[in-house]
Amino acid sequence: MVTKRRKKNASPPSNPPAHTGFRISMREITCDEISRAVSEMCVEANCLIAPDIRAALEKARDSESSVVAVEVLATILKNAEIAEEKHLPLCQDTGMAVVFLDVGQDVRIVGGNVREAVDAGVARGYKEGYLRKSVVADPVDRRNTQDNTPAIIHYELVPGNRLTVSVAPKGFGSENMSAVHMLKPSQGLEGIVEAVVGTVARAGPNPCPPVIVGVGVGGTMERAAVLAKRALLRPVGEPNPDPFWAGVENDLLARINRLDIGPAGFGGRTSALAVSVLPSATHIAGLPVAVNISCHVTRHRTRIL
Amino acid sequence: MPARINLSTPLSPESAARLRAGDFVHLSGTVYTARDAAHKLMTEMLARGEPPPFELEGQVVYYAGPAPAPPGMVIGSVGPTTSGRMDAYSPELIRRGLRYMIGKGLRNAEVTAAIVSGGGVYFAAIGGAAALMSQRVTACEVVAFPELGTEAVRRLTVRDLPLVVAVDSRGGDYYRRPN
Repeated sequence: MVTKRRKKNASPPSNPPAHTGFRISMREITCDEISRAVSEMCVEANCLIAPDIRAALEKARDSESSVVAVEVLATILKNAEIAEEKHLPLCQDTGMAVVFLDVGQDVRIVGGNVREAVDAGVARGYKEGYLRKSVVADPVDRRNTQDNTPAIIHYELVPGNRLTVSVAPKGFGSENMSAVHMLKPSQGLEGIVEAVVGTVARAGPNPCPPVIVGVGVGGTMERAAVLAKRALLRPVGEPNPDPFWAGVENDLLARINRLDIGPAGFGGRTSALAVSVLPSATHIAGLPVAVNISCHVTRHRTRIL
Repeated sequence: MPARINLSTPLSPESAARLRAGDFVHLSGTVYTARDAAHKLMTEMLARGEPPPFELEGQVVYYAGPAPAPPGMVIGSVGPTTSGRMDAYSPELIRRGLRYMIGKGLRNAEVTAAIVSGGGVYFAAIGGAAALMSQRVTACEVVAFPELGTEAVRRLTVRDLPLVVAVDSRGGDYYRRPN
């Protein structure tokens, strides 16, 4: 953990805006702290299997009856052991660095520019960790930026005086199989289930199954997509806090695991390790459903500064 | 554990013809890495009438872009990338003599037909088992397009690369096995 440096202003700033009447008490977090946290999490996420994912893979291995499925899951677990021992990334696709910054409204970021701090952290982590640089500056010209920047940053302003930094490097074998469906309200829950299971079925063996499925339901098109991505941060095995959606997730997981895609797409009971849904308010005319498919490594690390 | 068939390059057409979708194999010998950008450049070179950057005849192409090699290692993590993105280029390369491909995921009907007509094989590696695969590489040399970084063409010497026959020379497709 990064040492927490709490700098509370003992007294109001020397020139407080005369008209506010509020005492300003902002907690300062430096760009250096953000940069260091991002850099360390890029390396950890890529080289060390997350404990929740390891547990889910072991459980899946023990529940499979097919020799091939057991062999694939055992290979994936063996790969994690080798990665840890040799300090190698679990997968050569060390992803595009997706960074969630949940910024407490009582936090003041000092000592630089937050975008530059995050990108500096990504560049350092990817260099020092011998991670692959997979980012091109322009989608048509496609010249590699050589340091895996820029990161994809999702900022959210939240109550409090903490800054929660999550780093989720995302590989594109699975990203390419993801989709946003703009359903009609009349399609309801049945339509949601069809959209999610259909997207996973169409992805088949391509996204490195067993997958983890992030689902954003509601909002607008882009809101649903960001929720689907954020849903992937929830640890595998942790149920949805809403009992209704927890039930929907269980149903979706059971249906997906009947598709017989199986580990590596070679068949078996384990096509997905988890489904995670984040719902949102939406418009009277719409039912957006975003399905973000993530591979069996689904890297995620979170730190609270 | 499923039984493994040991194969060495150069793979003879006869030994390739004996392989069936679903066979587990260990491949040893020489393979060339190439993915999106290298495929595009190779196809453009062939269209201009230039020779390919390596002799395609009877060769094995591995769809992979490795992570950088840490000090003291031959190569970084090197698992397969999704093969479907190379479907646009593969039939032409197969017509020019390429016979074997390693990747992960589905191939389209045109590629499968080209594999059958060329008597080739499409092997699947386990996506994500990249650190494990790196330990099976004993030599690595960039042979073309160094400016592409991870996407450069590399000649790898491999020992017991764990693979599964995904599409065999008769068109049998392990990914599209009947339920």
